[in-house]
Amino acid sequence: MATLPLYAQLINLFAAVLLLLAFAMLAQRRILTLIDLFAAQGFALACSTAIVAYGTRQPHLYASAALTLVLKVIALPLILHRLIRRLDVRWEFEQLINIPATMLIGIVLVVFAFNLAVPISQLASTVTRSTLGIALASVLLSFLMMITRRKAVPQVIAFLSMENGLFFAATSATYGMPMVVELGIALDVLVGVLILGVFFFQIREQFDSLDLRHLERLREGGIDEEGEST
Amino acid sequence: MIEIAAVIGTPVVAALLLAVFGERAGAPVINVGASLVTLIAALALTFRVAIDGPYSAFGQLFFVDPFNVVFVALTAFVGLTTALFSRPYMQIEEQHGRLSPARLRLYHSMFQFFMATMLIALLTNNMGILWVAMEAATLTTVLLVSLYRTPASLEAAWKYFILCGVGIAQALFGTILLYFASERLLGAEGGALLWTSLNAVKTDLEPTVLSLAFVFLLIGYGTKVGLVPLHNWLPDAHAEGPTPVSAVLSGLLLNVALYAVIRCKVLVEGAVPTSFARSLMMGFGIVSAIVAALLLLRQRDIKRLFAYSSIEHMGIATFAFGMGGPIASFAGLLHMTVHSLTKSAIFFAAGHAAQKTGTQAIDEIRGLITQSPLVGWGLALGALAILGMPPFGVFASEFLILTTAMSEHPWATPVLLAALGIAFAAIFSKVQPMVFGDTTAKRLPVRPAMLPVFAHLALVLMLGLWIPPFLAAWYRDAARLIG
Amino acid sequence: MSATGIVSQLLQLAVALALAPMLLGWVNQCRAWLQGKRAPPLLQPYFTIRKLFWKDVIVAANASAIFRLTPYIVFGAMCCAAAIVPSLVTDLPFATAADAIALVGLFALARVFISLAAMDVGTAFGSLGARREMFIGFLAEPALLMVLFTASLISGSTSLPAIVESLAHRDIAIYPSLAFAGVAFTMVSLAENARIPIDNPATHLELTMVHEAMILEYSGRHLALIEWASALKLFNYSCIGIALFLPFGIAEVSDDWRAIAWSALVVKLVVGGAALAVIETLSAKLRIFRAPEFLGTAFLLAVLAMLVNQLLGS
Repeated sequence: MATLPLYAQLINLFAAVLLLLAFAMLAQRRILTLIDLFAAQGFALACSTAIVAYGTRQPHLYASAALTLVLKVIALPLILHRLIRRLDVRWEFEQLINIPATMLIGIVLVVFAFNLAVPISQLASTVTRSTLGIALASVLLSFLMMITRRKAVPQVIAFLSMENGLFFAATSATYGMPMVVELGIALDVLVGVLILGVFFFQIREQFDSLDLRHLERLREGGIDEEGEST
Repeated sequence: MIEIAAVIGTPVVAALLLAVFGERAGAPVINVGASLVTLIAALALTFRVAIDGPYSAFGQLFFVDPFNVVFVALTAFVGLTTALFSRPYMQIEEQHGRLSPARLRLYHSMFQFFMATMLIALLTNNMGILWVAMEAATLTTVLLVSLYRTPASLEAAWKYFILCGVGIAQALFGTILLYFASERLLGAEGGALLWTSLNAVKTDLEPTVLSLAFVFLLIGYGTKVGLVPLHNWLPDAHAEGPTPVSAVLSGLLLNVALYAVIRCKVLVEGAVPTSFARSLMMGFGIVSAIVAALLLLRQRDIKRLFAYSSIEHMGIATFAFGMGGPIASFAGLLHMTVHSLTKSAIFFAAGHAAQKTGTQAIDEIRGLITQSPLVGWGLALGALAILGMPPFGVFASEFLILTTAMSEHPWATPVLLAALGIAFAAIFSKVQPMVFGDTTAKRLPVRPAMLPVFAHLALVLMLGLWIPPFLAAWYRDAARLIG
Repeated sequence: MSATGIVSQLLQLAVALALAPMLLGWVNQCRAWLQGKRAPPLLQPYFTIRKLFWKDVIVAANASAIFRLTPYIVFGAMCCAAAIVPSLVTDLPFATAADAIALVGLFALARVFISLAAMDVGTAFGSLGARREMFIGFLAEPALLMVLFTASLISGSTSLPAIVESLAHRDIAIYPSLAFAGVAFTMVSLAENARIPIDNPATHLELTMVHEAMILEYSGRHLALIEWASALKLFNYSCIGIALFLPFGIAEVSDDWRAIAWSALVVKLVVGGAALAVIETLSAKLRIFRAPEFLGTAFLLAVLAMLVNQLLGS
């Protein structure tokens, strides 16, 4: 097969790195490394968007890449680091299923995502259309990560990483969304994380821990075990 | 143009004001005042649409047609009545010691922000901005649900955030797919996400992509509508948040989410020749109705009871829109309107009932009429209304839906009847001892605000007996649009 | 089956046998340099093997035939593997008899026999080593297979010379799937060759031995053959890695293979050995229960490589 131009190869490389980072986050035990991996993912995303901008000569993607860089590589990890320091979270955390099993489920999800993306990729006209499967796979992997975590902060990071995957899907299928929409999404994400920060303090104040098992007491009857009924 | 700016700008300005001054004694008055101004602007907007017909504004960023203008007016109206209700309600909560002035500041400003996001979602023409507004609506209410800071409310807020967040991520993917399909036809300018442009070219959009997009959009926005099995956040959020929040969640947020689903359905129906979208909506709708009805029997908390009733009714409305056709869509629109009015009225009454008895447990609320006829009758009539008793409006819409179902989809009729019947039995049996008999209720320090309750119920009664011609015409226009 | 083919086949086998202990010595030297120690001479492994050949063989009274035969079987398997991995040339007539999957089978054969022999005499160390070896091997084999599958899918054949030829002729470009496969292969070869971070080749502590535990009972020429076979295994893995990921310079049938192939091989082995020493110095040995995660990651990377190749076509 013919070799792709250099920028297309670089985009493929960054897409593969993105997928790798998604798996690495899935297997990671320590919160600080998790945040750094998330920042790395944001960086790979920004780089790939910038390369698409260069290769397809679409200047508005440069703005998009800059936005991603500022928000996901600088602002969000900073906020998360500060949050963790002030919340005094412990370093390691347990998971619902063990790591090798999680990885295997992850592989199954990746195959599923690749299959799902094939008909859409065929319709796309962008040069990056083959990376849509990877974008979808990283979304599903973040989803898996969300399900298998018991502490609040990793769930939030999984949520943010899901948004990364969606952003990458937008870039690979349609060269990004209109700027106004992207700005709106970025604003949402930022406000969301800030609100979550406030929320974590409330949780910690009430339960003295961020273990989500405390947040599973509400049952169908509507009254939790302490008899709190108002 | 001015009307749209006023409708959206007023809540935003009020929210910013209240963020600064929300702890003062005058904050509830500002809240009510802003809601009143919003309502006036909304009514002006409706008059404009009635005279000029549908139009876009601000460079196609906003779009008003008969479909969304009804809901804009409804949102503004329910917003006003909720603000009126929340004045004495929050005063009583403060005196009972459950809230501090700082939290009230948060409450007031977030309330107005929430109204703003709802109105933006209704009026925007851009599907991407619609998404942003829906997510913002969740964000503004997360902190409201956890306002009381009890363990249960924190859990409810967390579930709400995570479940709705994941759902809305699906909707984002659906929006991306939609953009993907439309960009090939309309180019990469912002016009590719405008609903008006999409509506014009919907028959040329790629069917596979749109079907896939609709699945994601339905799951995503459907989570916020409360469709089963994505409904887990709803009962907790309604039960643990303050009553005004439950009222707007049930009365407004669910409606706007369903509005978003319907906008997408119109596009998909044009592109996909089969009845794929409609079947999905019917399926989800009817499953929601019957599951919620069955779960009603087990409820022991008054707010959770009516939260499940909301799920059931939104399921019925989704089913109606899934059936399609002029009568069913008309009935669906009417159902959304009367449900919104009735449910918020019920929540107002239930809120005061809980305050009077100091608990939300159904078994411990007794004999409201004996102590306070207003609250008791408010609750009783509201319950009767939501159960579909004639001559209230809910009966009219449910009747239309049932008859359409009988003629077009007979298999669904027994399920719907079963759902309605079970709900009737459950709610009636639980409400009856709450309202009649010996009382456990006490007097409240501040006079409860029952005017909103009866205002809503009066409207619902009127809609059941006689629909004003302009309203009927609007519903018919909107139904024609929905198809 | 030309004459030059047979000659090049035998030459390659001889080179492998000759160079393997030197590779081992080079890795040990690099490690010593990096750790600030004085290294044993470069040819030390040769001296060790020669010394062992002169010594008497002591066999336990209750050892069965397996114990006596295993050194020869293992050595023979490693020689067969060396014969089919293209390190100098791709014109290997022997390679038609065994492809990449059979290669994995040869390694598995060696592993099975050495584990059996370890358990044969009945000592505690032997069983301990055998259990751990099988534990690691059971996880490493699928990963190795996946890496080879990726290479096979890219080149369209499972025969190693064919893989090398097609990979050598691809354009210079960035291939993410090969990058992932490369990392996965490195991790697998660390595990299979009993290197840090899976196993420490210099230790004799009970808690940490894996490979050493299995060969404790051997002496004399048996031990010499097994040590030579271990060196050959490292050489083979290095050559597989070079063949898959850096196949430039391997002589093909039509080329004049005297100068370029030799120098290419030597340079690559020197760099590879140094890199191995660096990895060993920078890592700490993992607990045995963490080995599944390490190998699971390798397996995952290998599968990812295959999937990425299917999706992106590169």
